Amino acid sequence: MSICGSAAWARPAPTHPQPTHGRHTPVVFLYVIEFARNVRLWFAPEVVRQEGTTPDYRFSLANERTFLAWLRTALALIGGGFAVDQFLPDLRWGWRVGLALALLAAGVLCSLRAVNHWMRCERAMRRGEDLPVSRFPALLSVVVAVVAVAMVLVVLVGWEG
Amino acid sequence: MTEPRRDPGLQPERTRLAWRRTTLSATVAAILAAKTALHGSASAVGVAACAACGLLWLGFLLVANRRIRALATTDRPRALPPRQATAAVLCTVAIAVCAAALVV
Repeated sequence: MSICGSAAWARPAPTHPQPTHGRHTPVVFLYVIEFARNVRLWFAPEVVRQEGTTPDYRFSLANERTFLAWLRTALALIGGGFAVDQFLPDLRWGWRVGLALALLAAGVLCSLRAVNHWMRCERAMRRGEDLPVSRFPALLSVVVAVVAVAMVLVVLVGWEG
Repeated sequence: MTEPRRDPGLQPERTRLAWRRTTLSATVAAILAAKTALHGSASAVGVAACAACGLLWLGFLLVANRRIRALATTDRPRALPPRQATAAVLCTVAIAVCAAALVV
């Protein structure tokens, strides 16, 4: 079955609105502005629904499942924060709480980004634009790798001491 | 009752099960929160954070159940309302905040 045959985004994308910000504005700053603009949309679904045309319901459901997968990742990170606190009781307080808070913060970021990305995808599908790309998966995997290495080191050093 | 036109890709069913899996993840987080609260000294903050986690978990279940029912009743479900997505995410964020209060 090919549901991509009728994909709205298979059409050539219309010209993208160019950002009006200066070329030297830091990228992070642009992200924050974009994020704040999207937060309004979380609470005003009518705005999203009025734009463009309603995509095939299967695309919307696929987008919803992706959102849920990211939400599960966020919940797993939060669970990991609890687990570090509970199952590594021999660690020094600072390391234990630091690692737990890092995982919890990653969970919060991940869940906020999940709803933001879902909204952007939904809007792009309604407008018939390309789906938004994101650096977040790469960023998250780097953070998880760093935390994992830190845990290995901490556990080894903790057992030595 | 007329036989609903069945989606060969089973998209509504898959989405429904994805919500189910997500509630299971939330349950695991809530149980870990309860375990943390029970293990630590029973401070007022700990009990309050644990109770808040329980309420947030119930809220998450409510949102998920509403969506699951919406997905189960029609064969051409509408897109997820942004308010429900936001509610689910806010529950998750609030659980993380309670977790931070419990851990520190």
